[in-house]
Amino acid sequence: MDYSYTILIPLLPFITFLILGLGSFKIKPNLAGLIGSASLGTSLILSLYTAYNYFIKVGKVDGAYEAVYAFKTTWMNFTPTLHIDMGILIDPISVMMLIVVTLIAFLVNVYSIGYMKGDTGFTKFFAFLSLFSFSMLGLVLATNLFQIYIFWELVGVSSFLLIGFYYTKPSAIIAAKKAFIVTRFADLFFLIGILLMGYYTGTFDFAELTSADSSQLAEWTSVTFMGMSIITFSLILIFIGGAGKSAMFPLHIWLPDAMEGPTPVSALIHAATMVVAGVYLVARLFNVYYVADDGLALEVVAYVGAFSSLFAAIIALTQNDIKRVLAFSTMSQIGYMMLALGVSGYEGHDGLGYMASMWHLFTHAMFKGLLFLAAGSIIHAVHSNMLKDMGSLRKKLPITHITFLIATLAIAGIPFFSGFFSKDEILLAAHHHNKFLYFVGLFVAGLTAFYMFRLYFGIFWGKEKTYSDKVHENPKSMTIPLMILAFMSIAAGYIPFSKYITADRQGFEGHIDWNMAAIAIATAVLGIALAYVFYKKETNYPEKVTKAFGIFYKWAYDKFYMDELYFFITRQIIFKRISAPFAWFDKKIIDGTMDLIGNTTVKTSEKIKGTQSGRVQDYAMYFIGGIVVITMVVKYIM
Amino acid sequence: MDILSLFVTVPIFTLIALLFAKGLKQVRIISLIGMGIQFVMAINLVFAYFKERAINSDIMVFTQDYTWFKNFNIHYTVGADGITVAMIVLTAIVVLAGVFISWKTEDLPKEFFISLIVLAAGVYGFFISIDLFTMFVFYEIAVIPMFLLIGIWGTGPKEYSAMKLTLMLMGASALLLVGILGIYFNSAGADGVLTYNILDIAKVTIDSDAQKLFFPIVFIGFGVLGAMFPFHTWSPDGHASAPTAVSMLHAGVLMKLGGYGIFRVAMYLLPEGAAEWGNFFIVLAVIGVIYGALAAVRQTDLKYINAYSSVSHLGMVLFALLMMNKTAWNGAIMQSLSHGFMTALFFALIGMIYGRTHTRDITKLGGLLKVIPFISVIYVIAGLASLGLPGFSGFVAEMQIFQGAFQHPDTFHRIASIITVSAIVVTAVYILRVVGIMLMGTIKNEEHLSLKDATWYEKTGIFLLLIPIIGMGMAPLWLSDMITESLAPFIHRML
Repeated sequence: MDYSYTILIPLLPFITFLILGLGSFKIKPNLAGLIGSASLGTSLILSLYTAYNYFIKVGKVDGAYEAVYAFKTTWMNFTPTLHIDMGILIDPISVMMLIVVTLIAFLVNVYSIGYMKGDTGFTKFFAFLSLFSFSMLGLVLATNLFQIYIFWELVGVSSFLLIGFYYTKPSAIIAAKKAFIVTRFADLFFLIGILLMGYYTGTFDFAELTSADSSQLAEWTSVTFMGMSIITFSLILIFIGGAGKSAMFPLHIWLPDAMEGPTPVSALIHAATMVVAGVYLVARLFNVYYVADDGLALEVVAYVGAFSSLFAAIIALTQNDIKRVLAFSTMSQIGYMMLALGVSGYEGHDGLGYMASMWHLFTHAMFKGLLFLAAGSIIHAVHSNMLKDMGSLRKKLPITHITFLIATLAIAGIPFFSGFFSKDEILLAAHHHNKFLYFVGLFVAGLTAFYMFRLYFGIFWGKEKTYSDKVHENPKSMTIPLMILAFMSIAAGYIPFSKYITADRQGFEGHIDWNMAAIAIATAVLGIALAYVFYKKETNYPEKVTKAFGIFYKWAYDKFYMDELYFFITRQIIFKRISAPFAWFDKKIIDGTMDLIGNTTVKTSEKIKGTQSGRVQDYAMYFIGGIVVITMVVKYIM
Repeated sequence: MDILSLFVTVPIFTLIALLFAKGLKQVRIISLIGMGIQFVMAINLVFAYFKERAINSDIMVFTQDYTWFKNFNIHYTVGADGITVAMIVLTAIVVLAGVFISWKTEDLPKEFFISLIVLAAGVYGFFISIDLFTMFVFYEIAVIPMFLLIGIWGTGPKEYSAMKLTLMLMGASALLLVGILGIYFNSAGADGVLTYNILDIAKVTIDSDAQKLFFPIVFIGFGVLGAMFPFHTWSPDGHASAPTAVSMLHAGVLMKLGGYGIFRVAMYLLPEGAAEWGNFFIVLAVIGVIYGALAAVRQTDLKYINAYSSVSHLGMVLFALLMMNKTAWNGAIMQSLSHGFMTALFFALIGMIYGRTHTRDITKLGGLLKVIPFISVIYVIAGLASLGLPGFSGFVAEMQIFQGAFQHPDTFHRIASIITVSAIVVTAVYILRVVGIMLMGTIKNEEHLSLKDATWYEKTGIFLLLIPIIGMGMAPLWLSDMITESLAPFIHRML
């Protein structure tokens, strides 16, 4: 099968970016929207065609789905063995990601035509969206670690540009800078990890890394540092890079602030695609994670994932900005995916966690993308992000209401919605592997159901608020993407994922363990019931509970002071204690020394310039004096 | 006239023509023609080089040799390898861009362009020389006009800066002279003839004690020019006071003489000295990288930010040279080129912003994206290139340096490498700080509302510099291959 046409999938958005970017002052807004949507629509069709070819038409070769290089070329040479390649890798997870990225990006493009209408930077916005889509597609198709790093950085900069899209708003500037610098800080570890990995394994290529046999692996892991093999060490470093992009604790602080960007951007980048790049990275290198030091690095992934998921869910309970609730919810759900990868085995049904993680990535992209777009629709209608400004909107925004409800049911894990299926498999995998992590996951599932329904009841039920102007449903270009995603939020649960996407690429028969599912469903229903009692009508229960939790509520509301901690480290320690003394040292000590040398020279010459008086008598004196001194010296030495 | 010597003679003819020119219009047209010819010649040189290499197995091609002072065996000897060719292209582009940027020099235009072109001639001469003495002479020719250019056409405390810069560079050349003579007097081969010719010296093994003595002298001599810590202080003040085109040429090209000289003279001719002193200078280079970056974070003057950023980026060049392997050396040359284009672009943009707003203090600027979008967008692009975004030249160079550095598994090199790599985060901080304060946000000064965006000659200058940055970043392979094959004699002698 010739997949060489797949190069068009990332290339089309890139060309669109060039056209829109260079012509941003001349192209009419509507045309820009059309070009952007058309190019991503084409990419989407090509991606679907690729999926059809890969999974159905070609299918398994010798019992497993093959990893195919559609295209590969050397981009830069380091040493005879190490080089950066540019290429396209077609395998189950990259094909799945192609569909996720192109589908969400296409829908967001269409949605933005309505949402961004009248904005002065309309064309620029679509140019940035295309740049992001190109970078993200390059990332998922990467054939080697360095290529993924290259697109990783490009994705980061597109995210910076889009968060800072409203560049006159101070909070947006700070958020954009924060997102870029925090993720770049994480990327530093990623880069060091790649470099170490390259040095000890002699390759960056995914195929070579993941197909290492035991003797090769023993050779790679023979070098140890602090009791761990260097490979495990670099895997953890690479995971830190992934944790930065995927907003895992403690590198999550940029994600809530990133909500300063336009809402479609949040849906595309900060919910469905870029933030799952870390999960994708671990999945890409899963074989190495699994075998190196018996999966030591994978344990780290599991615990970081579980902790982040719990941490974010607790904060989400207390936030009042609907986009921030969704942001913390995203962090929590990605924690779930990491957890699933961390508890996964490799072969057959053991690889349940891996499959569940990828499945949850897929379903989450649909329902969380939907939640953000619906939130955008609400914000567009009421001109506020705050929960207190909303209420009883179900009649005024009927389509938004129904689609939001579907997404909420999906994320809460109610049966027959997509989130139920994927979440259930994650919990099952956790239960097989580690009971403690299973209970964390279950508890988070309950919390998720509660805070999502708090949001739902708060927005669509309760008391009606006074709105500045007449609230009405948004145009079709905005509601149709919502409906498509609502459909997907249900349908994604019925795709037989375990047949297609597994760690060993061979597939297995998945089934639902209804005993386990019953516990999860009960937890979710409990969460929803509590939310119903608390928020369906306005009651004073929330206040009472808040008071009961007291200081703990305050901590959670202030996001456990992680931002303050970072501020302290950067402002107080790095700026004041390190950078400022450096600047002082440069000005006073180093420069001072140079000036001192200069001034001394000048002063000395001031002092001795009198000797060059031009009077012959003086010169005669010096001459005779000189002779006397020399004679004395010569005499003395002799 | 051979193809290389033309690079020195064309400026001389341009200078003669300039003597007869009257008024700004004639002066700039003559300069443009002269430097335009240089630019075409530089591009032509690339093709000629590849053609010559196809039929000639020598690494150093186009060699010409004329005896100058017979008694001391001083020759005017020129030659070029891939590294030289790359450096000449860099120089040609930066100088031409500099002419465009200085299009509206009202004050003594004739003298200004004459000084500028003398400087350029010195730089070209330095790069093509393979005789140490000629090299030194050209180096001096390049440094002296700096004093006039800063002292007369500069801004701020220009006399102080010009004096400081000249004194420090003169001090450095005193060291260099000592070093070069030291090499000369130890250069006797089997036939007992002393020589300044680099190619001939490379055939003999200089006495080990002499190598260890003269290596640090030559290294520091060139290192001062390459803004090596702690001899970098002339550079922020010098840049801040210099007029735009001079900053561009200075940071873009002249500072590259430092790294180039260290590689071609200090390390290549004195390999044992390099082995002995390597770790000491690695420490200085690493300090320079991180120190320059951290100092840049606290500055508010655009030119100071860029000058400290240069200390950091050029520290990386020195660091890479001392990493003693092909990958890192390749990265060092690429970083020199990349920094040359980027920093020239930065200074050009800073000059444009200063020319319009009359301030370089970022706290007094804001929201420029709204009023001068073209300049601002290019500034963002230059910033992204500077912080090593893939797709631009900086990334390619830095990755080669890091990859080379990580080929040393011992603890000392590992720690040094990790500290150097961490500079990428600090770089992001100071670049985004400027972007956030100066370009984004709201306009702080009402007068800035009526600013005009870039003119045609400014845009030409910008594109001249931007195209190679993107070109190197997108398709690095042909350039890195060209440099790699020129590294063969260095590898042979040093590794």
